[in-house]
Amino acid sequence: MKSIYGCIRGLLLAACCVTLAWAQSSTEEAIAEYRAMFGDENPAELWQIRGEELWTTPRGPKNVALAGCDLGLGAGIVTGAYAQLPRWFEDTQRVQDLESRLVSCLTDLQGLDEAELLKSRFGDGAKKSDLEALTAYIVAASRGHTMSVSIAHPAAQAAYDLGHGVFYYRAGPHDFSCATCHGESGKRIRLQVLPKLLDPVGARYAYTSWPGYRVSQGELRTMEWRLQDCFRQQRLPQLRYGSEVAIGLTMFLAKNAEGGIMTAPNITR
Amino acid sequence: MRNMNLRKLPFLALVLGVLLHFEVVADGMRDTVVAAMEASFEAKKQATMDRLDQDETQTLCTQHAAGILPSAVAERIMTLNRATIRPPPDGQYLGDWKGGELIAQTGTGFQSSDDPTKPAGGNCYACHELSGSEIAFGTIGPSLRYYGKVRGTSPTTLAAAWAKLYNSNAHMPCSNMPRFGHRGILTDQQLKDLMALLFDPASPVNQ
Ligand code: HEC
Ligand code: HEC
Repeated sequence: MKSIYGCIRGLLLAACCVTLAWAQSSTEEAIAEYRAMFGDENPAELWQIRGEELWTTPRGPKNVALAGCDLGLGAGIVTGAYAQLPRWFEDTQRVQDLESRLVSCLTDLQGLDEAELLKSRFGDGAKKSDLEALTAYIVAASRGHTMSVSIAHPAAQAAYDLGHGVFYYRAGPHDFSCATCHGESGKRIRLQVLPKLLDPVGARYAYTSWPGYRVSQGELRTMEWRLQDCFRQQRLPQLRYGSEVAIGLTMFLAKNAEGGIMTAPNITR
Repeated sequence: MRNMNLRKLPFLALVLGVLLHFEVVADGMRDTVVAAMEASFEAKKQATMDRLDQDETQTLCTQHAAGILPSAVAERIMTLNRATIRPPPDGQYLGDWKGGELIAQTGTGFQSSDDPTKPAGGNCYACHELSGSEIAFGTIGPSLRYYGKVRGTSPTTLAAAWAKLYNSNAHMPCSNMPRFGHRGILTDQQLKDLMALLFDPASPVNQ
């Protein structure tokens, strides 16, 4: 009796796994088909091209290009910069991720208004985000570079520790923390694989593939976007762009991804 | 012998010092995290700033998340949460499994992007396998396939399942499952419908 039951269960499980694998691969197939529609092009390239234009064209009240913007490797140097961010910056006396650094450059160098910039920090249909475009351009210039982030400066270490603490912070009506969904490997929400962000394997997998062009939204999404959307799912209030928590978590993830090879911007679900 | 013990003293003092130091660091870190959270968010629609505040259970679970939960803390959490459980006022545990299936499938509720006038879902499929026909299920929680068929419907079994749905931390401190009844995520009627989804022989969970 028992073994027959076990056998049926086994068969059911096998059938289930096959269907599951099929469902997952059909999502992947759909993405592959979608990619094929664009030929060899990744739609993220549209953001990269726009970002490069924004980087090189004189703009803002001060009418300058961003050649003076130091992303950590020296003024105007874009290649490989993202793989070493976040980092401590002497001039602003802050640890910054790429996105908050861009805000500094756009406001300090070009004289643009911060509140105006942040109004369109995330693109939405016809309303395109300059910050997302610039991010795509700069991230793409780190493709093939190895993640190597320094926490030697005490403030960088403090940002890492803060990110670590926030990762476990349970709150909201549902008691969720980052660890609820990303604390163990091999788990899923529905069919979406949840990388364990505490391990090099999961952190590299997640960090090096972001930002991404999201097929489901038709937008390029950055790490700041990813984090505020996970906090939305956590039922918490709105994460402020470039806030201490946003930068701390990014530092925590980037450092955990040490040694990973950047492949972003990718096409994601 | 005597000498040995004396020689161990500095070592013990060191261990004690390190342990005490960790306590202090952990406490300092909590204040740092709370202050940074307060400074890093802004209210958005129904997701108001008080959502950042932790109750005692959340505080303790955060504090011990990276390590092993000491048994005294585990006891404290279970005692706190057991005290919140209210059985259905009419004593009826089982509602309508069809309503339950809908609640289990619904992922919205309490997010800043959700309509606060609509009832929240339970999003059970995000974490659990339930009915055989739904293959898009998550794996954060155990499979609940054939739940009632395997366990039967004795009063103790029903009461235990109700307790799990009402307040998951009553018997599993720091569970990853939300405390649906205690935190007011789901109503008594919704919980009854979910109970029926788990236990009704006609429910797809038991087919
Ligand atoms: C309620 C569940 C939930 C919580 C809580 C949560 N996340 Fe996520 N996270 C997800 C889901 C779902 C995805 C998307 C996976 C996909 O798109 O395939 C995701 C994706 C991510 C990714 C991108 C990885 C990838 O595979 O594309 C990162 C990084 C991330 N989350 C970080 C965090 C951090 C940091 C926190 C805490 C602030 C957090 N998450 C909290 C559910 C959650
Ligand atoms: C975010 C994840 C998550 C969600 C959402 C969730 N659960 Fe759970 N559930 C768990 C975890 C983890 C466990 C195991 C730990 C425990 O017992 O608390 C569990 C355990 C259970 C158990 C006990 C299983 C047993 O072995 O007897 C039941 C019953 C249950 N869940 C039902 C539900 C129902 C019904 C819903 C939707 C209203 C739901 N869960 C939503 C994560 C979740």
